[in-house]
Amino acid sequence: MLFLFLSASVAAVATVGIFLTLVLNGLDFFREVSIWEFLFGTTWAPDFFPRQFGSVPLLKGTFLIGIGASLIGVPIGIGTAIYLSEFAHDRVRRVVKPAIELLAGIPSIIFGIVAIFVISPLLQDWFGAPVFNAANATIMLGVMVIPIITTLAEDALRAVPREIREGSYALGATKWETTWRSVVPSASSGITAATLLGFSRAIGETMVVTLAAGLVPTMSLSFLEPTQTITAFIANRAAGDLPTGSVEYLSIFAVGTVLFLITFVINVIAQYVLARQRRRFG
Amino acid sequence: MRHITLILVIAGSVVLAGCAGNGGSSTESDLRGNFKQAGSSTVLPVAQAWAEAFGGMHRDVQLVVSGGGTGSGFNQFCRGEIDIADASRPIKAEEQAACAAAGIEPFEIQVAIDALAVVVSRQNDFVDHLTVEELNRIWTADASKQANRWSELRPEWPNERIERFGPGTDSGTFDYFIEVIIQPFDGKESKGRSDYTPSEDDNVLVQGVAPSRYAIGYFGYAYVHENADKIRAIAIDEGKGKGPIEPSGETVAAGDYTPLARPIFMYTKGAPTGALQEYFRFGLGEEGQALVEEVGYLRLPADRLNAMREKVG
Amino acid sequence: MSRLDLSGIDPRRKRTDRLARAALAGVAFLSVALLVALVGTLVVKGAPHVTKTFLTSYPSRFPSRAGALPAIVGTLLLGAVSMAAALPIGIAAAIYLQEFARANRVTTLLRASIGNLAGVPSVVFGILGLALFVRALMLGKSILAAGLTLGLLTLPIIIVVCEEALKTVPRSMREAAFALGASRWQVVRHHVLPYALPGMLTGSILALSRSMGETAPLILIGAAVYIGYMPGGLMDSFTALPIQAYYWAQDARTAFHDLAWAAVLVLLVLVALGNLTAILLRDRYQRRYKW
Repeated sequence: MLFLFLSASVAAVATVGIFLTLVLNGLDFFREVSIWEFLFGTTWAPDFFPRQFGSVPLLKGTFLIGIGASLIGVPIGIGTAIYLSEFAHDRVRRVVKPAIELLAGIPSIIFGIVAIFVISPLLQDWFGAPVFNAANATIMLGVMVIPIITTLAEDALRAVPREIREGSYALGATKWETTWRSVVPSASSGITAATLLGFSRAIGETMVVTLAAGLVPTMSLSFLEPTQTITAFIANRAAGDLPTGSVEYLSIFAVGTVLFLITFVINVIAQYVLARQRRRFG
Repeated sequence: MRHITLILVIAGSVVLAGCAGNGGSSTESDLRGNFKQAGSSTVLPVAQAWAEAFGGMHRDVQLVVSGGGTGSGFNQFCRGEIDIADASRPIKAEEQAACAAAGIEPFEIQVAIDALAVVVSRQNDFVDHLTVEELNRIWTADASKQANRWSELRPEWPNERIERFGPGTDSGTFDYFIEVIIQPFDGKESKGRSDYTPSEDDNVLVQGVAPSRYAIGYFGYAYVHENADKIRAIAIDEGKGKGPIEPSGETVAAGDYTPLARPIFMYTKGAPTGALQEYFRFGLGEEGQALVEEVGYLRLPADRLNAMREKVG
Repeated sequence: MSRLDLSGIDPRRKRTDRLARAALAGVAFLSVALLVALVGTLVVKGAPHVTKTFLTSYPSRFPSRAGALPAIVGTLLLGAVSMAAALPIGIAAAIYLQEFARANRVTTLLRASIGNLAGVPSVVFGILGLALFVRALMLGKSILAAGLTLGLLTLPIIIVVCEEALKTVPRSMREAAFALGASRWQVVRHHVLPYALPGMLTGSILALSRSMGETAPLILIGAAVYIGYMPGGLMDSFTALPIQAYYWAQDARTAFHDLAWAAVLVLLVLVALGNLTAILLRDRYQRRYKW
């Protein structure tokens, strides 16, 4: 019985463990680097002379690609969800739903390889883009988050009670009008949660951005330029295996903490929003 | 509960595989051992070629090779995590101290000569050669003489921004380049400008330089050799009267490709014994040095080779 | 649902309705098309290079001789280790939460932390694995360290899946056992668990497929670039299909890119096999337990 309880608490312990590992090492980092420079500096050059630890370029890279990916994944994901929930015949459902589940199961390295070997040459040809650029990653991440958004949004739509639809039909609305004006708004909490979790997944992704987005953190907002995200920085850095305790090594924990906090907050908000929807419709 | 039995069977076979992996033996060769090697990306092609050939001859010698950069290699070496540290520069004093503190005595073995190449894409049709001074202006952190566009170096060149690619600061190649191209002009503290695309993996650098007409990078010659269809090395003029010299076997052997020709190293914990000693005898022998040339580096000159062979024993 | 009678309606609204249906169908079709394009690309680019040599050789600097054998074995081994670590804990946690926990603050906290752990980026798990398993516990860059890290990563999925399996057990079963005087533990062990176990294992195979595809934690923990032998021991250095593909993809020589496609195709096949097995098992056991 005690064993069971302890097992259940492993997740909690792990979360605390992650947090502590990140924060304690992060504190060591901030002993040497001013938090002001970290939060607001616009140059990230951890191992040059003079050293600069401004995290804004990394944050910019992370959010640029995250928002871009959401702009692709959210419309397609929600559109698919609406279709599956409200309009699709059973036969069509039986094809589309498994297809979405399959898409969810594809490992991220595959999206990364497609990004660098298929998307990148296309962008080089069409737009004269450099080999590494933000668009490579944005496009593939957009596709990658479709299943998460679709699944959650569909759950939210299906949870809307029949009465709402039937009331709308009774008033003479068409199916589309019913869906758009009654069902979707009722499911808005769930759909919002779906969007948030899709975004969270996009900014947490590593392989796609490491392979295709670039190695230099810049302040440029152009999708056709290379950029580096927090995750790509961690992957590139750690592959070099720095000496424990050096500021360069500790910088991983500093940005790791930022990433963890961002995804943590988004996930908490999403859980809250989901819980609120459940309370509304029981 | 046959499901639990199934789980136990799977778990059991994992454990057994674990034991088998370590204890299994063949009677083919009397050399055995499990060696980890990591460090310089420059040395990596040599390490891989030697590991493949030597491992093929002695099936019980297990070699694991990784990259990570010279600095990273020394870190792991001085923590006792690896047996061979690959390095494209000599060990630094602080690294030596760290090893000593851990009771490890680094034993230096030169394995080959690298002609550190300055590289542009084959699409670059305007650069014929660069002087060391121009190279410095491309990579310096000194804003007063920095060149940001090709036309700033020579007016007849295109007025396009120079795209820089180079090793990161964990790389011995970086250390060496800074030492001979930046520091003689800018002082011992300078590390050059930081706004370039860095990677400890020279493959990534090749992929960055190759498609771009205005890109420039620098890395070990083996990577030029392997990708000659996409990139080319430029001739370097040291300004000492020899004119621009292209990196090649002849120019390096004649001592003309300066200042960028350099030895590359592998370090072991004390003098190598047993299987490791055989490994280095192989590497410094005819076969190993032929492999060095095959991957694109130059074999050690005869006197140094003999000195190394004696050192290894 | 019977078709709506739209005969008396303003034609503009009818048109909007039809347009919307078409657009949505198009979007859904797009999702499927993207999947097909993705898998198709993989097959077209990778299949020609999945040769016998590829499946049975070690990596080499010669693309024609290079193979993914240690990577394939490594992937399977890592999967086994991660499951061996995560399954017992996951099943136990699910049992606790479903059968024994009371609805109080602690339980809410536990559930919330499981939900949050599920959303943590995989690279952060890598950082934890590096700091805890590789360095603090001194396990080095071994299969064990990597397997434990992957196990932690898949733990939330396993817990959720096992809880779902436990929820499918009908209340009547538990109540009948209680009525006969069984203790809570006896009810769980002898009645609930056997019923739910197939579902748990099925779901766990899905979690296994997920862990086989993870790359970022492996980069952090330190997979080797070249392994000339078969990794077998728990403390051995390791490599795995996703990371071998990553190294090959980064190689400047384009011949190695072909190998990268082959490697990820093999990986996808393994993942698909895993999912297929899970679905088949689920169907089979569902038929057995028809009440």
